[in-house]
Amino acid sequence: MAKLPLEGIRVVGMTQMWAGPTAEMHLADWGAEIIKVESLQYLAVGTRGPGPRHPRFAVDIVKGGYAGYLKEGYDEVNGRPWNRSCMYNVHGRNKVSCTMDTMRPRGREILKRLIQVSDIFVVSSQPSVMEHMGLTYDVIKEWNPSIIMVHMSGFGQYGPLKYYRTLGAHQEDFLGHTYIRGYIDRDVTANSAIYHGDEAAGTTAVFIMVMALHQRSRTGRGMFIDMSQAEATMAQLGEAVMDYTMNKRVTERMGNRDRHGAVQGCYRCRGEDRWVNITMRNDEEWQGFCRALGNPDWAKDEKFADALSRWRNHDDLDKHIGEWTSQHDHFAVMHMLQKHGVAAGPVEPPDDAYSDPQMKDRGFFEEVTHSECGTHRYPGMPYRMSKTPNRIRRPAPCLGEHNEYVYKDVLGVSDEEYAELEQEGHIGMDLVPGLEIGKYKLE
Amino acid sequence: MTEQALSDIRILDLTRYISGPYCTKLFADFGADVVKIEKPGEGDPARRMGPFFQDDPDPEKSGLFLHLNTNKRSVTLNLKSQAGKRILKELAKDVDILVENFSPRVMPALGLDYETLESINPRLVMASISNFGQTGPYRDFKASELIIYGMGGAMCTTGLGDCEPVKKGLNVIQYQGGNMAAAATMTALFGARMHGAGQHVDVSLMETQMGSIDRRMSELLAYEYNKELTPRMDIAGLLQYPYGIFPCKDGYVDVAGGFMFLDRLEKALGMSLMETYGGANQFDVARREEFFSNIWYPWVLERTRREVVDLCQEHHVMSAPINTTEDLLNEPQFKERGFWVDADHPVVGNLTYPGRPAQSSELPWEIRRPAPLLGEHNEEVYAQLGYSADDLVKLREGGAI
Repeated sequence: MAKLPLEGIRVVGMTQMWAGPTAEMHLADWGAEIIKVESLQYLAVGTRGPGPRHPRFAVDIVKGGYAGYLKEGYDEVNGRPWNRSCMYNVHGRNKVSCTMDTMRPRGREILKRLIQVSDIFVVSSQPSVMEHMGLTYDVIKEWNPSIIMVHMSGFGQYGPLKYYRTLGAHQEDFLGHTYIRGYIDRDVTANSAIYHGDEAAGTTAVFIMVMALHQRSRTGRGMFIDMSQAEATMAQLGEAVMDYTMNKRVTERMGNRDRHGAVQGCYRCRGEDRWVNITMRNDEEWQGFCRALGNPDWAKDEKFADALSRWRNHDDLDKHIGEWTSQHDHFAVMHMLQKHGVAAGPVEPPDDAYSDPQMKDRGFFEEVTHSECGTHRYPGMPYRMSKTPNRIRRPAPCLGEHNEYVYKDVLGVSDEEYAELEQEGHIGMDLVPGLEIGKYKLE
Repeated sequence: MTEQALSDIRILDLTRYISGPYCTKLFADFGADVVKIEKPGEGDPARRMGPFFQDDPDPEKSGLFLHLNTNKRSVTLNLKSQAGKRILKELAKDVDILVENFSPRVMPALGLDYETLESINPRLVMASISNFGQTGPYRDFKASELIIYGMGGAMCTTGLGDCEPVKKGLNVIQYQGGNMAAAATMTALFGARMHGAGQHVDVSLMETQMGSIDRRMSELLAYEYNKELTPRMDIAGLLQYPYGIFPCKDGYVDVAGGFMFLDRLEKALGMSLMETYGGANQFDVARREEFFSNIWYPWVLERTRREVVDLCQEHHVMSAPINTTEDLLNEPQFKERGFWVDADHPVVGNLTYPGRPAQSSELPWEIRRPAPLLGEHNEEVYAQLGYSADDLVKLREGGAI
């Protein structure tokens, strides 16, 4: 088989949460060796789940939802919840994990040796963290002048918001995304926390890093990349910026409505919490819709006769559409309408997604066996590459799972030194007991 | 000054609307030579999508188009004419990348499938962006921004439990598809340079959402692990601590006063929750209403967004103001970093545009030219292929350009 595009590239990844780990994930999918540098002395809250140290978090506090841990077979006393996180185990695929305490000189020395044999060093913390750890570019470039260091913090390396602590959701608050999404008839307090900024900035970071490799192959020079996650997300909201700079108009919320004149909505279907989205852009699609419903009388009303009338009577139209969809299964509505050339698709909760025929046909979900979690179906690649097809080659690593490989094979550490580092608590697979954040404890 | 990183890359751009043009914009702004193929007389349909400069729906005044097509050159070409097909193949011979986002039947129907183009140019990286991918039972289905998010993304958990699920803002799902396509195409190109041959990249917008880190992948795995569906609900309204969006004196603020960070919130509030409530275990849902009505709401309502956020950030509580676009354009952070850039356009004049996604002395980003007028570069591009002024007149008469 052809070599994967990034085979031979080594990346040291110390990113947290979602945006940075996503960027690492894509690089790993394309064949780069991603070495996650983790620590037994640091509680990666949010990265390996919301409270990875405390066993009760695994089963009690996080009740369901994406922040949870695999519950089946969990040993509350000896279990390692940090290896069972729904958050970490989706973006950890194809990476390797090693541990070291970089706050102590010997751990720092190991990191230095690792960076000396790598191509990219990527971090995503708020800048004071890297300053505190003494891992800023002026240090890193002394260790390896040809390294590409990417620091993808919330707001970048300078400016008044440099040290602001944020998640993707908060960056989007600053960017105005939060203000312009959500229900028309509610205020923004009804908005769910979404993290579009993580996927936007995380993906753009991949583009930037591979471009940096391309540039380095031309110039021979390493570089520092100051990436503000907020700025990397900004272009995706370009219409709002343009409307303001062109017309001084502030973009407002529009719920599920289209901004370019189509009529559309999310309509209730038969079953519990099942919904379908329908979009009609022109007369042709409207006529297709009417045909699919058997040309009902209500649709012959003058107020739905042309695109402008339909837009003006959108609320009325929504009521009629909703009455029809509520009698049908959400997938059935898609097929009935698509047959007549109308854009429609079900809202797919995970149970639907796993059985979706398109996902099955494309082989999107991949079955993977994880040493502590067993065999499950994981979301896979969002694209197909014709000559270098990529797959999930290995599951998300357990904390420190590849210490032997990284220390001995990559760095050439001797058996004696390895044993010492293990003794000193750099190498291991268990977080040290008693790690906590803040003064409030569970017991 | 350092040469732009992609100044040696040539791209043939057959894309329209949003996802494809955003993909090629990322390349163009870092120096790639992008030739945009548009339909004679009409051009990219995004030219007819708003917002428009001074609300005038002129094809050269679409803010969406102006934003998405910076640094590109435009030529018109009728791909359905024989001459048009021949010219496209001539153009494809010398480029590194071809990007298209037609529905999947179009390129093969035009005789321009990957196999044909590969035989002309074996180094070619071709990227096809579509709603559902180039294969599968949904291949020919129609979709929209809303539909893709509903099928692929975490729409089922966006919104309130007693209301319909709700989309994200604007057209961000399509942008994100283009973003993913750019990353995959850049990587395929890097691989082609390192290891030899080009290849075909098939990007499905539905899959870019199904594989989204914004809650979706983890929600899928939570179902697979625990057979649990993540509920669609107002989390801020349930938690005993302030986590979510709250009204304040001059608007709204977003505050993440998480359970594990209560001590930080205490410092921001300037009071001891331990003393008032007797520790975290007592600080539970039963005391929620008391805390919110007596302490939290009065505290936020008597402060401005900036005051709340500054106090929270000073004590390391994650927080942000809910900005409008106007607030955003006035936000000192982006001004100080020189994020916004001005570009002069022959029809709409000087406008401010969003700037670079990352900053590095080794990766210069620049708007070298504004979005092109329809067919603005016909003569320049076709002359490079060896067509004379006379030839162009004939091609124009024949409807090819």
